[in-house]
Amino acid sequence: MLMDAEMAEIAKVFFQESREGLDVMESGLLSLGTNGGAESINTIFRAAHSIKGGAATFGFSEVAQFTHGVETLLDEMRNGVRPVTSQSIQTLLQACDCLREMITATESGQPLDQGRIASLNADLGHILGEASQAAPVAAPAQAPAAAGWRIRFDPVPDLLRVRNEPTRMFAELKRLGRLTAVADVSRIPLLEEIDPETCYLSWNIEMEGRIPREKLVEIFDWVDPNCGLEFIAMDCPGSGQTRPGESKADAPPAAESAHKAGTDSGSIRVATGKVDNIINLVGELLITQSMLCGFADGIDPSELDRLRQGLAQLARNTRELQECVMQIRMLPISFAFNRFPRIVHDLSRKLGKKVELKFTGEGTELDKTVLEKITDPLVHLVRNALDHGLETPERRAAAGKPETGTIELAAFHEGGNIIIEVRDDGAGLNKARILQKARERGLIDPTQELNDEQVDNLIFMPGFSTAEQVSDVSGRGVGMDVVRRNIHDLGGYVQITSREGEGSTIRIRLPLTLAILDGQLVRVGQETYIISLVAIVETIQIKPERLNTLVGRTEVFRLRDEVLPIVKLCDQFGIEPDSSRAQDGLLVVVEADGRRAGVLVDELLAQQQVVIKSLESNFKTVSGIAGATILGDGKVSLIIDVPELIRSAVGRGAGAVTARAA
Amino acid sequence: MSTVKAQASADQAGAEGSEQYLTFMLAGEEYGVDILRVQEIKGWDKVTRIPNTPPYVLGVINLRGAVVPIIDLRRRFGLEMIDFGPTTVVIVVRVAGEREERTVGVVVDAVSEVYDVGAADTKLPPDVCGSVDTVFVKALATVGEKMLILLDMDRLIGNSIIDQPAPGAAAA
Repeated sequence: MLMDAEMAEIAKVFFQESREGLDVMESGLLSLGTNGGAESINTIFRAAHSIKGGAATFGFSEVAQFTHGVETLLDEMRNGVRPVTSQSIQTLLQACDCLREMITATESGQPLDQGRIASLNADLGHILGEASQAAPVAAPAQAPAAAGWRIRFDPVPDLLRVRNEPTRMFAELKRLGRLTAVADVSRIPLLEEIDPETCYLSWNIEMEGRIPREKLVEIFDWVDPNCGLEFIAMDCPGSGQTRPGESKADAPPAAESAHKAGTDSGSIRVATGKVDNIINLVGELLITQSMLCGFADGIDPSELDRLRQGLAQLARNTRELQECVMQIRMLPISFAFNRFPRIVHDLSRKLGKKVELKFTGEGTELDKTVLEKITDPLVHLVRNALDHGLETPERRAAAGKPETGTIELAAFHEGGNIIIEVRDDGAGLNKARILQKARERGLIDPTQELNDEQVDNLIFMPGFSTAEQVSDVSGRGVGMDVVRRNIHDLGGYVQITSREGEGSTIRIRLPLTLAILDGQLVRVGQETYIISLVAIVETIQIKPERLNTLVGRTEVFRLRDEVLPIVKLCDQFGIEPDSSRAQDGLLVVVEADGRRAGVLVDELLAQQQVVIKSLESNFKTVSGIAGATILGDGKVSLIIDVPELIRSAVGRGAGAVTARAA
Repeated sequence: MSTVKAQASADQAGAEGSEQYLTFMLAGEEYGVDILRVQEIKGWDKVTRIPNTPPYVLGVINLRGAVVPIIDLRRRFGLEMIDFGPTTVVIVVRVAGEREERTVGVVVDAVSEVYDVGAADTKLPPDVCGSVDTVFVKALATVGEKMLILLDMDRLIGNSIIDQPAPGAAAA
């Protein structure tokens, strides 16, 4: 029983690591497509090899077998037997997808998609051709790391005709150290087709002993430079490769190593739950600390001075501790960005567009939860940029732009927020068409005048899509409003700016964390509520002459040239205010989704950072309330859900569509 | 807590079907909850009201950093309301939630005893429609001369939280 549980635990690690391995393979394969480096192939190979080994250990034989096929092809690639073609990369990428599905299926105990596995196996077999018999030769690749050389010698067919004699070379080699040569006979044709003067063989040679590379090169000096020849030092796999026939392999893989340094930052795997517990405790500590401070302020004899000092120190320490703990949850945004090369690669192929994907600020950190929730919206935006934004190479050429378009993902900090931008240099938004479409669908009033920015942002309205043809990529009109809603749910904000013919920029602003909020404490009657500072535009005293009542019910306030609906918290939440007259209170002007409203409160209290606690964990979602927090006096205070509040205040009329979508 | 728990589970394993119940008073009747569900018992303290919730949800409290809702059982059962006195307590229970366990406090008149209740001592509640929330009653148990009403806390709390006013609570 215990054993099973332990095995399951270890198997879980295997699944997790396999997925990471697949990610490594995928990004390696993609970079191979652009600037095939020997180090990439090795990295991919190693990842595949670990997955195979792990799968075999846990008895997932189907996964192991399938990976073996992949590994064979990779091995031949890295040994230079097999050229790296875009077709084989494509097949390997599909194999990665298939493996990912197999791992998921194995993990959840579901049956595997045998059809897909078989067809990919066939594809792999096709690429490997008859050379699949060469697999046993490849196996010693992982053999003991004794100092020595592995030489792959793949001569041109007329090797013998130009009077080169392989046996002599081998004899020479033998003098340098112990030699094991395995001939690859897969290319030998049927007897009646054999040309006795043609060399059909190739060799895998292993040399033991510390032999200077020059000596080896010397021996092969006389053979045709078109022969496939590769030296691999066995004690440090992957280094010291040369292929006279192909200078490509010599290119230093600088890009990869820089990339690796970015993702591999000496991390430990900690369950999120544990971190959350620490965060909760630190939050508690903060609350206790502020409670003690409040207490010390109350009593004031002079001997309490030292207590005060101690408390001040405690305050400093807790805050620092909290910052450190919060850091644990922070991850670089590259975790989200890393999946894009693959998506863009696949999609640009499908759409026949040329695109270069650029990243800046991949190291920018944000909360894990925010990161996880922002990834899908980002994928959507990038797909959109590629599908709708970028033009086909012909159109680009016609417009005098370079054929290859650019999509750029940028992340940086600004204030307490993180900004993520998705930029493309495509066609930009067609404002006239957007306006026409919005009017057709009744999303805006036909007579309404909008400025350019407002027109651009219409694309975030529910039910809006201008794609002439609905493709399976995008264009069903369910995209952008969902993107906007997801971002809003995270307490963020999205905006698009676009110039026709020059491209569009979508700018997303997100809070760094969902755990802490800068709040304004407000009092209504006996209750204290918290309004997020980000949502507050200003706070004003109410002049009675600027107050009007529409249809005897809805109270509005004229603020400069704007008419604000007034939300009475006391009515909304059913509490007894100091005074029922609006002019006795303060009006907190809040904004969300580009709409404003005035929230009527009795008094403004302190501004402070609050630790957000969920109401759902023990209770449920309450309309109008975004969460709760615990104040310095130990009491629970509720955080107001500003977008929801505005929706309920102005939810009728023009805003009804949005309210329904939410 | 832990010793009670250990004992309770030992009893469960030993005398077949015997379970321990914590009982409390509510309007003169004695109710029982499975002791394994009880996390703690605390005195009544002020709560923070939550808007847009049924009246029997009094509000939330801070229980060592967790925000815990408090439900008034008198109001929940549509009983006559009384002022909270010195014996008024909050029994904090853990119940099954939609995804995870929920911690919820229920306000009762007073705590009473801990009883061992064997399976032989219990019988199903009579099917009295309308007047009592019999769906929340797991069984009736006889201990000595007394009758205990054993509550199904999962159902009671789950039902209270998802806003389904039970027949008896409609008047409240």
